[in-house]
Amino acid sequence: MTSIAAHCRPVAELPLRDAREWVAKVRSALEQGERLVTLFGRKADAEGAVLTAVLQAGGGELHVLRAATTLEQGWHTLTRDFPAAQCFEREVHEQLGVRIADHPWLKPIRFEGKNLRKMKDYPFYKLAGKEVHEVAVGPIHAGIIEPGSFRFMCLGETVHHLEIQLGYQHRGVEALLLRGDPRSLAPLVETIAGDTSIGHAWAYCAAIEALAGLSPREEIEASRAVGLELERIAMHLSGLSGLASDIGFQQGASSYGRLRTTAINTSMRLCGSRFGRGWLRPGGSRAAMDAGVAEIARANLSLIGRDVAIINDCFLSALTVQHRFQGVGTVTKQQALELGLVGMAARASGVPIDQRSFGAGSYGRIPMKTSVEESGDCWARALLRIREIDCSLQWLTAALDRFPAFAPVCEAVGALAPGQFVVSVCEGWRGEIVHCLETDGLGKLLHYKVQDPSLRNWFGLALALRRNEISDFPICNKSFDLSYCGNDL
Amino acid sequence: MFKSLKVRKNQGWQFIVDLTTAVPAGFRGRPVIAEKPCARGCVECSKVCPTKAIALDSVRIDLARCIFCNECALACPEDKIEFTSETRMGSATPEGLVIVSGRARPTPVATSSALKKLFGRSLKLRQVSAGGCNGCELELNALANVNFDLQRYGIEWVASPRHADGLVLSGPLTQNMADALQLAWDAMPEPRFVVSFGACALSGGPFMDSPALDRAFLDRFKPALFVPGCPPHPLTFIAAILDLLGVE
Ligand code: SF4
Repeated sequence: MTSIAAHCRPVAELPLRDAREWVAKVRSALEQGERLVTLFGRKADAEGAVLTAVLQAGGGELHVLRAATTLEQGWHTLTRDFPAAQCFEREVHEQLGVRIADHPWLKPIRFEGKNLRKMKDYPFYKLAGKEVHEVAVGPIHAGIIEPGSFRFMCLGETVHHLEIQLGYQHRGVEALLLRGDPRSLAPLVETIAGDTSIGHAWAYCAAIEALAGLSPREEIEASRAVGLELERIAMHLSGLSGLASDIGFQQGASSYGRLRTTAINTSMRLCGSRFGRGWLRPGGSRAAMDAGVAEIARANLSLIGRDVAIINDCFLSALTVQHRFQGVGTVTKQQALELGLVGMAARASGVPIDQRSFGAGSYGRIPMKTSVEESGDCWARALLRIREIDCSLQWLTAALDRFPAFAPVCEAVGALAPGQFVVSVCEGWRGEIVHCLETDGLGKLLHYKVQDPSLRNWFGLALALRRNEISDFPICNKSFDLSYCGNDL
Repeated sequence: MFKSLKVRKNQGWQFIVDLTTAVPAGFRGRPVIAEKPCARGCVECSKVCPTKAIALDSVRIDLARCIFCNECALACPEDKIEFTSETRMGSATPEGLVIVSGRARPTPVATSSALKKLFGRSLKLRQVSAGGCNGCELELNALANVNFDLQRYGIEWVASPRHADGLVLSGPLTQNMADALQLAWDAMPEPRFVVSFGACALSGGPFMDSPALDRAFLDRFKPALFVPGCPPHPLTFIAAILDLLGVE
């Protein structure tokens, strides 16, 4: 079994239901406690769309429900009862023009297609009242960071509502993925969210391999997991450095920052890129680790482990850190579940979802502990990242014991099977990355749907700000550490 | 207090002493094309290149397009192409970015006496990401960390375009960012200049064929500096900007 879930089914075995029946099926699965992993549509013809919902049961099994509808008929929104569906329904509406009846918040996700360039048209809500005021921030922010617009609706210093308008980063990824040989898309996939190159590349590779009927050898999977965990450590360190700098805690900013350098330079030793570019390819892994490089990697990991403990101790015991983070930007467990938050944002609110916990492949041979925090505030999100760094370091040390060397390997990937639907889910450092591919009767790619965890978690940030002070926005934002381009595609 | 001292002791000195000669071990940087003939009729390298960076006859790699994926080197039956860990490859002109066999490095960045006079001792930069994937943005942030410490040269990032002398642009320039980018540029006082950072800004990179881009800004305002890479290594930027400003 492969390390990340890749569920492949012949399209013929997935009945195309009527939209009404499909909605009822999705509802009943959700009522029984399944989780919505994704929901999207593709154009079928001028008037019609094919809809897909992927659900996950508690044990990790994925199942797929499909439907056919016309743009005009559409469906009656799920969002009112299951807010987790909100971003998916908005996306289907924006991409295809499918009617979603009674959706409470049918605003553009990323201003693509016919919405391109209409950034000024975003229908912000208004807060009415005598002394309320609005603060608009962005799209260009003060630091070196991707663009996005934030509109704070405040009474005094207190934010009552934050609305987030995204789309500035829209590059047309999904359309580009349908050009050229589907087996050669790795360089493009690695830039969907460039801080998660390994995570997205793995979701892509697993999907292509499933379509080509290939299951990669143990050492290929292990090498990929090493890349994924290094990426996680590096980005968690980067986030902690940013959090420390946002509260003026310079020792944290510089120490976590330089340890990140050590982590990304370790990736560079193995694959030539500080961002893991070129590490994964369908059918293989190009990371090269001989005895010399392995020794450097081990030394770097133990240096990170030793030094991170020293700065963690200083950081977590500082009253200023506790004071700024505790009780700020809280998302309750209930809210996280309702909104369908994923990854570290969910785990910091007491929702223990982690695709690695199902123990498949490399994560079965060396289990990964799932870290969970309960308080759902900035403190929990920072603490969770600290814990996850430790878990990943331990995992990597065990993995390097088992695999003292990696040679670049690439197995030939044959033609993709015709008429298949595949969904792959990879637990990247932010959360689950979902790629869905469908081939036509000739084995050509008919559709490629990409989902970065940020798509779902941005709403978590908006909610976290409610009844918080506007001056706490930077730390709330950094504690979620979401991707703009991952949302905008 | 003791914890803080312990961190300080543990941290030691982290800065890279000489940024102009540092070579990052393992980095896939500037390519070299060997001076040997290609197999007859062979087009393997240009065929696999995802960004159409390679022209043939004889083999040339345009670093404005190259994303350093290594596909060409692996595809070449003659092992003609090799990527070195050399980071120095910025250029002041697009032509200077073309690597040919027999020419080991791109045209070095010539010092601009005008820019040297204005900004040689103090340069304030504003960064704008117009579709960047956060690779370039992270590397630009890294320039200010304790390892690279670019501030030692009087080069600093500023929050407002009003305080900036240079605009460092990353990303392929999306349509949805076109207006905001123009606004930021308009807010910058003269004299000012553009630095194009990363394959996406230089050529559109992996997104060059997308209709969601609008690159007209770069036709109106020609960059003074081109920094190739995907993302570029911080050292690539440092060498290029120091050369441009004549900083020693
Ligand atoms: S390394 Fe550069 S030139 Fe070679 S295939 Fe990749 S993008 Fe093209």
